[in-house]
Amino acid sequence: MTSRQPQSRFSHGGMDFIGAMFHNGARSSSRRTGGENHRMKSFARRFLRLLTAAVRDLMPITLVIAFFQLAVLQQPFPDLERVLVGVVFVAVGLMLFVRGLEMALFPLGEAMADAFARKGSLTALLAFAFALGFGTTVAEPALIAVAAEGADAAAEAGFIFPTEKAMQNYAFQLRITVAVSVGVALVIGVFRILKGWPIQYLIIGGYVLVVALTAVAPPEIVGIAYDSGGVTTSTITVPLVTALGVGLATVIRGRNPAIDGFGLIAFASLTPMIFVLIFGMLVGGT
Amino acid sequence: MEIVDHTLSTLSATLLDVAPIIAILFVFQTFVLRRRPPNLRRIVIGFVYVVIGLGLFLIGLEEALFPIGRTMAAQLTAPRFIGAVSGSGYGWSDYLWIYVFAFAIGFATTIAEPALIAVSLKAKEVSGGAIGVLGLRLAVAFGVAVGVALGAFRIVTGTSLPMYIVAGYVVVILQTWRASKVIVPLAYDSGGVTTSTVTVPVVTALGLGLAATIPGRSPLIDGFGLIAFASVFPIMSVLGYASLTAWFRRSRERSEREKKP
Repeated sequence: MTSRQPQSRFSHGGMDFIGAMFHNGARSSSRRTGGENHRMKSFARRFLRLLTAAVRDLMPITLVIAFFQLAVLQQPFPDLERVLVGVVFVAVGLMLFVRGLEMALFPLGEAMADAFARKGSLTALLAFAFALGFGTTVAEPALIAVAAEGADAAAEAGFIFPTEKAMQNYAFQLRITVAVSVGVALVIGVFRILKGWPIQYLIIGGYVLVVALTAVAPPEIVGIAYDSGGVTTSTITVPLVTALGVGLATVIRGRNPAIDGFGLIAFASLTPMIFVLIFGMLVGGT
Repeated sequence: MEIVDHTLSTLSATLLDVAPIIAILFVFQTFVLRRRPPNLRRIVIGFVYVVIGLGLFLIGLEEALFPIGRTMAAQLTAPRFIGAVSGSGYGWSDYLWIYVFAFAIGFATTIAEPALIAVSLKAKEVSGGAIGVLGLRLAVAFGVAVGVALGAFRIVTGTSLPMYIVAGYVVVILQTWRASKVIVPLAYDSGGVTTSTVTVPVVTALGLGLAATIPGRSPLIDGFGLIAFASVFPIMSVLGYASLTAWFRRSRERSEREKKP
């Protein structure tokens, strides 16, 4: 608690790329040298720039929907006022999120990678990786939705009795299966970063396993299994996990952040497919 | 009044969403690492931004874009619309607007995906600027667009899902073999990142709508799979984008070398 290092910036100087517009103004210069006025100004300018970026990011989806609504379906916008309010919410939300990303999720992921590397306990690091994967996935709303639909499909296919209880049970087991698989994925992924193994052999090996399991798994589970790989990685988990991976690859000697730092998300999208296919065989095979 | 209610409920839902993450981080920080992260105050404020930002983002989507997107997917797949274009008796080519819509919506939702913004910022930082934020995002969005359009085509024609995905894997393996080592992990990651908050609800609605209206398809079996398409194709497009830029750089260097002497 007490041994607070004097600001060890382990982040290899790359911070200035994205950081140029945030960190300079907020952290070092203005707080010490600049006055309150200057601080407010740079604050406002930063937010304005982020807001512009957010509006730009939302332009395509707005245009696509407007085009299809007006030109293809030739219908007026229902409730235009509500739509406009919604778009403002989305833009401001995206702006705040990106700002929070820079302030909290990235630095925290890096700081934890640094702290785990200092501590040097492999068990603690892997336990953290598993907990992060499992904990962030088990409550994921997208996963809950897919699991419920999966239970419907299973009842339709006759794997389970089409009762409320059996379906809830099945959906819950499916959720736990996916959450465990993401925990395992982060453990494997972190271990890979520590060892510096090339990622392609592991991922391609995983693909081969998916293909082999697809051939023997009941066909009703295949679509759900493939989709479950995509829904596991939520918007908050992704930046945190990415920063953790890059941070680990940065502090461990001999690892290149660009080559070894990425890839955790890839594992988190692959293992659910494998685990759900196996789950489908175990539950549906009887 | 309704929007206030909605705002409060969505914010609390987002908070509930973040709760396990915060709990895990807290437990490991206090009991395992026993060290306060630097700039704790800043991190806490940042977390508040993330929760409020994501909450507002979701409310806005739910209020404005998702309802229209869903209705649109339903209207475009409705027999009335398809019949209006081409008369009666329809084959795969009568669904032309569906493919255009699938492509456009896949592209547009991916550009707005916050998780992808995060990864591209990180990629730019790590690569020292060699990988551009916008370039990567465009490449991923193009991949998702092609993937979703092809996925829609698959649902319309009723061909087998594993066949497409396995073929996709084979292409990815071939590309991996040729690609530079630096881009491979990032490309694999972008497959998983693309499908989050914005893309999944709209794309799922499209798949289920298509499977429900096309005779002979079951939403429960054929409705799935679009997300899988949206996860495989960005890997290809990012690897392709990297090879393309490398090729351009090489040919430019070659032409410069030829000019010099």
